[in-house]
Formats: sequence, structure tokens, C-alpha cells
Amino acid sequence: MLGASALLLALALMVVRFLQLSWPIWKAHGLGWVLGSTWAPANGVFGALPFVIGTVATSVIALVIGTPVALGTALFVSEIAPARIRRPIANLIDLLAAVPSVIYGLWGIIVVLPLLRPIEQFLADSLGKAIPIFAGPIGNGSGYFAAGFVLAIMIVPTISAVTREVFVTVPQDVREAAYALGATRWETIRYGVLPPARAGIVGAVILGLGRALGETIAVLLLIGQIPAVGKSIFASGYSMASVIANEFGQSQEPLHLQALIAIGLVLFAVTVFMNVAARLLVGKAKT
Amino acid sequence: MKGLSARRKATNRLMLAFMGLAVLLALVPLGSILVEVVIKGAGAIHGLSFFTQPPPGDATATGGGLANAIIGTLIMVAMATVVFVPLGILGAVYLSEFASNNRLARAVRFFSEVMTGIPSIMVGVFAYSILVILFIHHFSALAGAFALGLIMWPIVLRTAEEMLGRVPASVREASLALGTPKWRTVLKVVLPSAAAGLTTGSMLAIARAAGETAPLLFTALGKEYISFKITQPMSALPLEIFSGAQSPYPEQIQRAWAAALTLIALVLALTLVARFVTARRSV
Repeated sequence: MLGASALLLALALMVVRFLQLSWPIWKAHGLGWVLGSTWAPANGVFGALPFVIGTVATSVIALVIGTPVALGTALFVSEIAPARIRRPIANLIDLLAAVPSVIYGLWGIIVVLPLLRPIEQFLADSLGKAIPIFAGPIGNGSGYFAAGFVLAIMIVPTISAVTREVFVTVPQDVREAAYALGATRWETIRYGVLPPARAGIVGAVILGLGRALGETIAVLLLIGQIPAVGKSIFASGYSMASVIANEFGQSQEPLHLQALIAIGLVLFAVTVFMNVAARLLVGKAKT
Repeated sequence: MKGLSARRKATNRLMLAFMGLAVLLALVPLGSILVEVVIKGAGAIHGLSFFTQPPPGDATATGGGLANAIIGTLIMVAMATVVFVPLGILGAVYLSEFASNNRLARAVRFFSEVMTGIPSIMVGVFAYSILVILFIHHFSALAGAFALGLIMWPIVLRTAEEMLGRVPASVREASLALGTPKWRTVLKVVLPSAAAGLTTGSMLAIARAAGETAPLLFTALGKEYISFKITQPMSALPLEIFSGAQSPYPEQIQRAWAAALTLIALVLALTLVARFVTARRSV
């Protein structure tokens, strides 16, 4: 019983410590500083907006790219792959989740950036004029888009594994009924499998979002590390988790540390909320 | 009628092709990562000295190894394992054997899942706020191990509970019917029956912890030479990869690839063996 409740205690202690250590900055600046757009710790100016934007931008990019791929893989494995190759493919996709995030970061910087840069340049040249968020300059290729792109790969196994579990719980009768009516495979999926799995899919995507929001090292290595609000998806920036990783160890200024812990507390609260919501949705979908 | 049918066929083909393509899109990065890590990493490991020497003091020098990081990872992961794997299994035994479905059990189950979703950087900040601020007052391997243990804990607890749940009730009942007390049944019958599964869960947790960088940044911090002192800063493989990835010097980037190969070999070996153990038992 102790072993079990100790975990709850540890979680509660986390919340207490984060609140306690960041308290002075909440007291001094209220809630508004979270949306302040200037971050200049040396001058005592703390605005967390650049990091909030960075976290949201990279996560949204990751979801836009990663979700269709993850759903595609999950459907392929659960609905159309021959039985013999289901397990191997599922295992390989799960293996993506076992790769440490720092290795994604290293691979991202050295292998992906040089490949991504011309694509970013092309998008900026062709769309940038008409749509400002696609505008250049590109620089060395790092920025929100590069970080979001690698994040997309990292969240595919999460979303794929959870949706796969949900698809499996859709009764076989539904599929057989659809085939009996002459539906094609896609129509069976579209009208038979996807509707009952909807809550589970939403839950899986939120779970993937939670992972994307909290991802630190890979994002840090790819986002460009500029504490300002970027004007386009190719701009360099900073995310909440990555600014903590980079500045926490170096800072001696109490207020700076408090601001970083406060940013962490916000991130912590958001990810916990996402996880709770996702678990409830997935749990509902499976029963 | 024919037009409609052709369109339905085309949509069907298109969507099936998309699903196949999605699998390809997911597996290409996996293949690329493995190939790059193996080729670049193997090219950077020059003989056994890589495993026995610390890095050369000069960032632009070649030679030397990453013994400091390998030893650091092994020590910190071992410390985390020794404390948090038993703690997790104990919690799981309570949930699965004694609590059935009371309110505490439901809360622990739920929050252990939530805990696996906490950003690992915040686990590091928490370990810092306890061990570095309150107790040791500087960076240490102990704080690093504590952070890694916190990451392993909910994973061990969740998988262990699942594995204990797979032990058939008839096994427990047979033991209880012989007049064996509950605690003895758990200790001598249930735990041994679930041993393979418990090992699997623990290995997955260890693999996850061994690859974590963020929780070590302001706990273990890193160190350029071999150290066995757990109250002092210590290096780890992920930390070396992280600093190498940001380095302007090719020699250091090379060492990062070598560290990546060592780490990925360790993590994948643990993951695959863990899978193999359960696959054999459950199928």
C-alpha cells in the first residue's frame, strides 16, 4: 500500500515544490508575464510568450504531419495488412518510440536539416509571398518547422499504438456487415471502424500532443534557440521545455530561475491536463 | 452506376495506397536513424580504448573514449533500478493482489499513467529542487539517479500490475486452498509465476531511463573524466551525445555518434530482449 501511495505523494510533492519555488515571480508579476513577448533575463524582463508560441507552433506542426501518418499506419496494421506481417510492422513502428530523444536530435541536426533546408526554401519561395507564415528567411534550416518535423516522427508511434488498440476493440461483426453490404475496404473503415473509434482517436492524438509539448532535447537541438516570437514557421525560436533545459543550469539569478520553474509549472499543468483528458477519452473508447 | 463504382474503386485504392505509404513514411526515419548511427558510430569507435578511456581534454583532439559516460550511465541506471524497480513492483502487488478496485487503487493507476506523460525535463527540475537545493547542494550522480528512477517508477508499476493480472486466479486459489497465507501465496506463487513479465516491464523502464537526457542536465550535469563518486557530478551517454550534437568540432560530433551507437545498442538490446521474453510467454 505504501509502494502505491508513495507515487501519489511524489506527484503531490512535485506540484508543491514547483509552486513553492516559482511563487515569488507569480507574486511579483501576476499571471500576465506568461504572455509578455520580451525575454531579457539580464535586464530582469521576463515574458514567456516566445516559448509558449514555440511550444504551440512545433506541436501543431508535429500533429499536422504526424497524425495522418500515425492513423495510416494503425489502419494498415489493424485492417489491411496480412496477418503474418501485422506483428512485425507494429513492432517496428513501436521501435520508433524506443529511440532516445537525444538521438533524434543528433540525427535531426546532421541528417535531416540538410535535407529539409531545400524543401523549406522551396516552400518559402512558392508560398511565402502569398502566405506570410511561410515566408523566409530559412537560414541553416533550423526553426519551428524543423523541430516540428522531427517531433512528428517521434509522436507517430504514440498515436499509432493507441489507435491500433482502439481499432482492435471495434467488433468484427461491424466489418463483416459492411462487406456483406458490398462496401469496399475503405468504406468499411470509413463508415464501420472509424466512427466508433472516434473518441479513442481524439484521445490518442491528445496523448501525442502531450508528448510533443513536453519533448525537450530534440526540440532544443532543432528549434534554433532564439528567445523571440518568430514571424513564420521557418523562423528560429525556443520552446518552453527547451528554454528550461538550456538556461536553468547556467542561471544564478533567483528571479530567472523562478521564471524558468514557473514556465515549467505551466507546461507541467498543461501536459497533466492533456494526459488526464486523453486517458479518459481512450478509456471510454475501449469499453 | 458504372461511374459511381469506378469512383468508389479509385477512392478505395487511393486510401489503401495512402495507408501503405504511411507505413513507409514511418519506417524510413527508423531505417535512416539505425543506418546512420551504426555507420557513423562504428566509424568513430577505434578499438577497445573507446570503452576504457575518458575523452581527450582537448575538444579538437581525436582518440580517447567515453568510458566516463558509459560508467556513469551504468552506475546511475543501476542505482535507479535498485530503488525504484522494487518500489514499483511493491506498488503493483498491492494494486493487483490486495486493493482490488478501491479508490486508492484507481487513483494510483490513473496517476501513474499521468506521471508517464510528465515532461522529463520537469522530472529533472523536481530532482534538482529536492536533492540539489535541499540536500547535497551541488550537482551529483545521486540526483541524476533519483530523476531517472522517477521516470522508471510509473512504467514499472503499470507493466508489473498488468503482468500480475495475467497470473490465472486458479493458481492463487489452489495455493490459498492449501491453507497458505495470502502473503506467502503472493511471495511464493504469484510473483514467481509473473517473473518473466516483471523482468520485461523492468527492462523496458530501464531502457527508457538509460536514454533520457533532460532529467540529467541539472542533476548529474556531466564530467570529463571517469568518476565513481555518487555525490559528485557524473557523465552519461545521453549527455555526451547532447553536447556533441551542439559542438562545432567534427571530432566531438564523431564521438557523439559513437556514444549514440553505444546507447542505442544498449536500449534496443534491452527492448528487444524484453519483447522476446513476453512474446514467448504470452503467445
